[in-house]
Amino acid sequence: MAQRFSFSRLMFWVGIAFLYVPMLILVVYSFNESRLVTVWAGFSGKWYVELFQDQQIMTAVWRSLQIAFLSASAAVVLAVLGSLIMVRHRNFKGRTLFSGMITAPLVMPDVIIGLSMLLLFVAMGQMIGWPANRGMLTVWIAHTTFCLAYSTVVISSRLREMDRSLEEASLDLGAGQIGTFFSVTLPIISPAIISAWLLSFTLSLDDVVIASFVTGPGATTLPIEVFSSVRLGVTPKINALATLIIAAVSIVAIASWYFTKRMNDRVSTQLAAS
Amino acid sequence: MNTYPMLKKFLPQGRYTLMAAPFLWLGVFFLLPFLFVAKISVAEGALAIPPYTALFEWLDGVLNIRVSLYNFQWLLDDPLYIQAYWNSIKMAFWSTVYCLLIGYPMAYAIAKAPRDKQTVLLLLVLLPSWTSFLIRVYAWMGLLKNNGLINSALMWLGVINEPIQMLNTNFAVYIGVVYSYLPFMVLPLYANLVKHDNSLLEAAADLGAGHIKRFFTITLPLSMNGVIAGSMLVFIPVVGEYVIPELLGGTETIMIGKVLWQEFFNNRDWPVASALALIMVLILLVPIGLFHRIQNKEGGL
Repeated sequence: MAQRFSFSRLMFWVGIAFLYVPMLILVVYSFNESRLVTVWAGFSGKWYVELFQDQQIMTAVWRSLQIAFLSASAAVVLAVLGSLIMVRHRNFKGRTLFSGMITAPLVMPDVIIGLSMLLLFVAMGQMIGWPANRGMLTVWIAHTTFCLAYSTVVISSRLREMDRSLEEASLDLGAGQIGTFFSVTLPIISPAIISAWLLSFTLSLDDVVIASFVTGPGATTLPIEVFSSVRLGVTPKINALATLIIAAVSIVAIASWYFTKRMNDRVSTQLAAS
Repeated sequence: MNTYPMLKKFLPQGRYTLMAAPFLWLGVFFLLPFLFVAKISVAEGALAIPPYTALFEWLDGVLNIRVSLYNFQWLLDDPLYIQAYWNSIKMAFWSTVYCLLIGYPMAYAIAKAPRDKQTVLLLLVLLPSWTSFLIRVYAWMGLLKNNGLINSALMWLGVINEPIQMLNTNFAVYIGVVYSYLPFMVLPLYANLVKHDNSLLEAAADLGAGHIKRFFTITLPLSMNGVIAGSMLVFIPVVGEYVIPELLGGTETIMIGKVLWQEFFNNRDWPVASALALIMVLILLVPIGLFHRIQNKEGGL
């Protein structure tokens, strides 16, 4: 249906402008010489220099990256297992409960997840003495839990689309079940695993509310650090940090899109050739 | 075919162990915590660490169970809490409507674009949601301030003489919420719209239905699942939203997430915070159930 002018296409570009313009302005003003965020006083990179000299922020960045890496990795491993259950064993006792538990963290408000997890950790600490303190470990557990939900959705949808005759062929040719899983199933769902991992990584890096509840003294993550300084007002140092985050995410997103596309293309050409 | 029974027992030895891992994790770290919320919501506040009384106590060989509905009574007596719930629901409802009004045409445009361009367009919508949520809300703080870019631009153009108060109002919260949650509306709508069968539209066109009629009699009813899924993805988290009202809202913005946070961190009243959370979960039970059903039907899980 070719149309000269379409309302939806116009709305699409208006929506895109709405999404991007505020961030572009942020990026531009991160190079502003002036301390006043709204007055342009010439190009300068000094806020970047100040940012890198801020020891507190740099420690928080490193800590957040570590937590995000560990959470994403744990979540993806559990999500692969969870997806196998959801897709391959359609009828088992407690399936409704399990799928409910997986979808609920997707929508459950952060304040509720944060509060309930903290209460759990406090109660467990009292009863069994573990976790004794709150810090990186408890943040890791909390982040793994909600990343598990997102990862399972991504991975299970790929697993459902997968052609099972490839696994059957592998089993026919004498590969064991574990061998088949690692040499056939896993490579086929690997694009989904990569995107689930990246999604989890960014979700963990982004979370401020849940981390605020379950963290302890000395384990401040970057979002908590940013949140407390932003609450006091707009500071140019945060503009610089925001720009770096936007740049990093854009690069990772574009790269992952490119690799997924290339991998999909290769699979389809191989299938077409065979 | 003797492979089928083998496949049916895919990874038979480890089957139960495999099943147990994610199941156990979610049971311990997602389901169990709610029991503690329920437990603490019926405890009394105390000046102790942790600041609530024990539910079970072993006193002189007698097991004492202390259940107090005081916290719930407290919530019902104070109009502030009821107003906070009402405000949250109202703001979540209107935000959902705004997201739908902007997001539907966007999802439609992507679904109607040439197949090879769809991924790129979708990526364009999703990309902002991968950059920090906090940063995106923060970007609006700079724009909406009294001496911010929007006010400066309007004054420079001569539209207004005095800056308009935009930051710290409900208006700013709406902007922030729609801005942050728009991608969550577009994604399920696109997933639904892209599956539609075009022959239905062609048949309707053959029978003489115009663009608008075709949209309202075919496309919109068929996309209802996407509309509900997207709406729930926006509505539910916004009810409990804390960061956006805290950064962009003002004194008029009383939302339940913010009240819960204050009860917990400022007043250190854990039982009242738990009671607030419990009632919030009860309110959200219906929309969460609705979302779960749609997800199952659409084959998401």
